[in-house]
Amino acid sequence: MSDTTATTVSREVRVGAATGLHARPAALLVKAAGGLPVKVTLARPDGKQVDCRSMLAVLALGVGHGETVVLSAEGEGAAAAVDALAELVARDHDEPTA
Amino acid sequence: MTAPTTLTGVGVCAGVVVGPVRWMPGAVPEPVAGQPLAMDEREPECLRLVAATTAVQTALDARAEAASGTARAVLEATALMAADPSLQDAATGHVRERGLSAERAVWEAAGEVAAMIEALGGYLAERARDVLDVRDRIVAELTGRPAPGVPEPVAGQPFVLLAHDLAPADTATLSPESVLALVTVSGGPTSHTAIIARSLGLPAVVAVADAERLATAGELTDGTLVLVDGAAGTLLLAPDDEAQARARRLASGRRRTLDGPGRTADGLRVSLLANVADGASARAAAAAGAEGIGLFRTELAFLDRTDPPSVEEQAALYADVFAAFAGRRVVVRTLDAGSDKPLPFLDMGEEPNPALGVRGLRTALRAPQVLEDQLAAVARALAGQDAGQEGGPADVWVMAPMVSTADAADGFVARCAAHGITKAGVMVEVPSAALCSAQVLANVTFASIGTNDLTQYALAADRLVGDLATLNDPWQPGLLHLVAATCRGAAGLGPDGAGIPVGVCGEAAADPALACVLVGLGVRSLSMSAPALPDVGAALAGATSDLCREAAAAVLTVRTATEARAAARALLTHLPALGL
Repeated sequence: MSDTTATTVSREVRVGAATGLHARPAALLVKAAGGLPVKVTLARPDGKQVDCRSMLAVLALGVGHGETVVLSAEGEGAAAAVDALAELVARDHDEPTA
Repeated sequence: MTAPTTLTGVGVCAGVVVGPVRWMPGAVPEPVAGQPLAMDEREPECLRLVAATTAVQTALDARAEAASGTARAVLEATALMAADPSLQDAATGHVRERGLSAERAVWEAAGEVAAMIEALGGYLAERARDVLDVRDRIVAELTGRPAPGVPEPVAGQPFVLLAHDLAPADTATLSPESVLALVTVSGGPTSHTAIIARSLGLPAVVAVADAERLATAGELTDGTLVLVDGAAGTLLLAPDDEAQARARRLASGRRRTLDGPGRTADGLRVSLLANVADGASARAAAAAGAEGIGLFRTELAFLDRTDPPSVEEQAALYADVFAAFAGRRVVVRTLDAGSDKPLPFLDMGEEPNPALGVRGLRTALRAPQVLEDQLAAVARALAGQDAGQEGGPADVWVMAPMVSTADAADGFVARCAAHGITKAGVMVEVPSAALCSAQVLANVTFASIGTNDLTQYALAADRLVGDLATLNDPWQPGLLHLVAATCRGAAGLGPDGAGIPVGVCGEAAADPALACVLVGLGVRSLSMSAPALPDVGAALAGATSDLCREAAAAVLTVRTATEARAAARALLTHLPALGL
């Protein structure tokens, strides 16, 4: 098909959760990633990419509050998938939602 | 007919209940490596492995669905780990390449992941334990063992939970709706079992050494009906109708609430206060009738943080707690980090004896700004209180943990004064502070005895070492003599020489019989988890101050913790009728 399916979509985003990407914020990210049609990876800029669907891999990255991370995906729906997860990563989960 | 069997342990939370027993499943044993599987056996073994992880994930998801709050979050995270692709890939890799059995492969793969996460240090190291929990669940599924952890109720029938011992991870999902009482074979009065029982208001007996022998003999197995008496510390097997009826009578009479401020039968005032950690627990304590807060643990805002919270952030949290106790006492304890509560930004490095290391107020030697900011935040929250709020502003006292010397106490008072905080006190948790209380407390306005740490230091017995549980007993005469010494030294202090107030915050305060003894020794406020307040209030209301002093004098003459309990109970004859 067209070369758009092979294009990698990447987006940089700042981690909003006060606790960083562990515990609940990490669980929310992994859960959301599991429901997406494409594989989205998480990495520090120029760092090793890990699968967002792996709780253990996301935890082991040990990303803290305020750090910048890169979300990437390939193929159909890549942009939408990256956007959806970027919103989750940027969110401050400690803010009261009620 | 033979006489019914009664097992004796140490009662750590009063209450009488009857119910069927459920044993906590034992630890999952490490699967043996064994001979490598033949090539053609490996793919089917991988399928078996994946099926097991899926089954565990489904079971955990179902439990998460039924849970709420923290328990739900913990279960959801554990479910995600169970079916984690990186864990699964590593495990199936071991099956394919090395011919390991599915259970052995999961054991090794999870061990590798846990070690990697642990190596990251800090709060992430905690998650390593979750990985090992997931490992045990998958291996249990593969080997046909019961899933580890608190059993699920069968047909909605609540049960008496029997366990060898209970760790915090075991009790994270423990629900008071399904568990009637806690009974453990090991453990002591300050063990995690005791703490969780008091916070949930569940009757509990620990150190029931004979329970495992009877289990092996088939006399105490899942479904056996037992009567648990958390005050007497007994477990009655197969109680007759009369005993069951008596238990139900006591149980219905025990649903008491705290009515009015604490006082002895002859009217001596004893403040009944609550231990809280944030605004939510403070509001719950206020609803339970607590007269004030005797221990506001401020660590919560600092946990899971790589940098300390700002003054503004802390002030907002403190103001939230103060607002719940308008016009009443709130005792703030400054950060108690170090030892078993490490914080990333207060890294003390590896210490050979963390409990004897740089912890509590001592961390201010290395990181003075953390304490300065905390005191500034308290002062800001104090100043920001709505003067017009109902009941007026909260009466805020501030105290430091782990104070050993008069110089440390005076230094803390000076720091508080610099922030305009006039009610500055210290915790008495170190034997030197108890023995030299007249000197250490000379310039403070109050003292609070932290009996958990004071017991650990008095008996030189690590609180976290299960084998030493019987030494970590607040009825130990050594601890009681130190409480007496603290009160003696404090009695002549204060601007008018009339003494400064001495309270107790620690598990000892939540024991109704010991509460009477502490009051007899001179303690004038007791701070505990809110569910323990009604029983302690009832115990005090039934004893005169003379009787409390008599009980106090009695425990100072005995040889052992067991004798101290017996001596006090022999005098406090009003307790059994209260079900305590």
